Amino acid sequence: METEPESTHPSKDTNATILLMGLRRGGKSSICKVVFHNMQPLDTLYLESTSKPTTEQFSSLIDLSVMELPGQLNYFEPNYDSERLFSSIGALVYVIDSQDEYLNALTNLSMIIEFAYKVNPKINIEVLIHKIDGLSEDYRIDAQRDIMQRTGDELLDLGLEGVQVSFYLTSIFDHSIYEAFSRIVQKLISELPSLENMLDNLVQHSSIDKVFLFDVNSKIYVATDSSPVDIQTYEVCAEFIDITIDLDDLYVENDQNKHTPQQPDSDKELKSISHLSNGSILYLKQMIRGLALVALIRNDDIRKDGARDTISAINQDKSLAIIDYNVNLFKQSLIKIWKNSRLDQTSR
Amino acid sequence: MSHASRKKLLLMGRSGSGKSSMRSIIFSNYSAFDTRRLGATIDVELSHLRFLGNMTLNLWDCGGQDIFMDNYFTNQKDHIFKMVQVLIHVFDVESKSINKDIEIFIKSLTNLQKYSPGAKIFVLLHKMDLVQIDKRQELFTIMMEKLQKISNPYQFKLIGFPTSIWDESLYKAWSQIVCSLIPNINLFNSNLIKFNSILDAEEIILFEKTTFLVISSTASMNQEEDDEENTVKQPEEDLDPKRFEKISNIIKTYKQSITKLRTNFNNLIIHGSNGNNFYIDILTDNMFIMIVLKQSVEELLILDNIKAARKWFEKIENA
Repeated sequence: METEPESTHPSKDTNATILLMGLRRGGKSSICKVVFHNMQPLDTLYLESTSKPTTEQFSSLIDLSVMELPGQLNYFEPNYDSERLFSSIGALVYVIDSQDEYLNALTNLSMIIEFAYKVNPKINIEVLIHKIDGLSEDYRIDAQRDIMQRTGDELLDLGLEGVQVSFYLTSIFDHSIYEAFSRIVQKLISELPSLENMLDNLVQHSSIDKVFLFDVNSKIYVATDSSPVDIQTYEVCAEFIDITIDLDDLYVENDQNKHTPQQPDSDKELKSISHLSNGSILYLKQMIRGLALVALIRNDDIRKDGARDTISAINQDKSLAIIDYNVNLFKQSLIKIWKNSRLDQTSR
Repeated sequence: MSHASRKKLLLMGRSGSGKSSMRSIIFSNYSAFDTRRLGATIDVELSHLRFLGNMTLNLWDCGGQDIFMDNYFTNQKDHIFKMVQVLIHVFDVESKSINKDIEIFIKSLTNLQKYSPGAKIFVLLHKMDLVQIDKRQELFTIMMEKLQKISNPYQFKLIGFPTSIWDESLYKAWSQIVCSLIPNINLFNSNLIKFNSILDAEEIILFEKTTFLVISSTASMNQEEDDEENTVKQPEEDLDPKRFEKISNIIKTYKQSITKLRTNFNNLIIHGSNGNNFYIDILTDNMFIMIVLKQSVEELLILDNIKAARKWFEKIENA
């Protein structure tokens, strides 16, 4: 690859920075606070206007940083080293306020895209059509179509028809912002295809309906199997993490850690299983580096009349044991992948 | 099944103090956000709630606007205040006209004394989240002293709680209110202790199924024993004192979350990160049990134990 030499310059992980841009009052800081700091969406009303570029460090399977730029500044003034900035990032996320007049934002966006694409053709360009919670169902689709159309036209005028731009409808009051960020982050993980492959294997051999690899703190999923994501399953899985952790935290005693320091770490991984009354099982297991695997397991043979007869109960326990074993295998390979990717980075 | 015992609960307080919000959160699975959509209650809204199978709570949610209030104390007073088991009076801590609030409280006390002198009185100082954290306790003590003084002539003993719909204090208050109505609570307690002597768990808690209010727990009984015998047993409790309410809250969130899959949950087993094991399982038709274990025991063993305990608790429930 001829672009490879560019990424070897000193700043260690070049493609793992997300740049968050947009006009003022578009909701950029709110997004950061809600996704990375677990702030309640309503509290973001009281955020001050951001005056300096701020950076969030986000350490998951890869070390990410999200850089937020103040909206009211003009990046084409010569005192900003925009060129270096754009060449060092992996994804540009542009936030458009869908409740406001967005024509200005679109002009601004195409200017930024033109510039960024010139400097760094590998950049992923993502557009969040934000604050859709205030729009009615029909209007959302219209707004999205309109924005996509106009951006396409603008880019065509600039002679940039080859640029891939992805659009997401988001709001901080539901899970759509997490979904969008998950997709964006996934594009930056170079090991994603092998991860997905591994998860697919897991799903095939364990009668799992859907599996996610979550970052526990931010509820962003780093990977999932290749079946389509159902937003409700995602929500349930994300909330299951919260519930498990909340319950687990309640019985932490401060002196307990000192009493039993010799306990091996492998025993202490968080794991939780919940049987649902329709025969499904929610399954969570802690992985490495703040990741957790959450799976929804469906058992079709129990569905008949809800009652768990003993045979199916035994089958269920058996299948759980198999899933346990498979998940452990998955975890080991995850550790291997991670080690190798570290090696790659240092050798580069 | 024995005949149903009916309990009449009056939920009173000035308009806007949060009465219907409370009811919706505890009994109708609303989240705190959803309560903003509730409108004013017109006159009295009756709800019949089955609790622990054979107990029926008749909750009289009395609209608090002055017109209705006047009506309660004049035309309808024998209808409203007869056969009352529990009065829950809600005070808004942000209220501008405290004197008027107290005046109404006195009126209802007067009527209660006349029509059902055996009633239990609970006072909830609601919307505590609007008070600064360091001032809350002080405000609560002052207010309670004042109210107790007022109600002394009527020979009622007040039990007060600071509450807010935004945290777990609401569950604590309601849990105690409802527990005061359960007749065979001692049987539950003693059986729970027996069960614990078999399992030797860190803690066992019983929850009501639909509301997830705490009915009984081993910790609360240990404390009582300590109080009675005055033993100098070191309180092994450096655990969170609000944990029951928090658990109620967490599990209710969980229940609500999995309604998205159009189902309910049967059990939840967590192997914690610091050596604790949690088992939450159905105990009877109306109860859930939660067991916290320090050591890791074979999972099936615990589940079988719970299964064996089921029939004992079912017996008490139906007695």
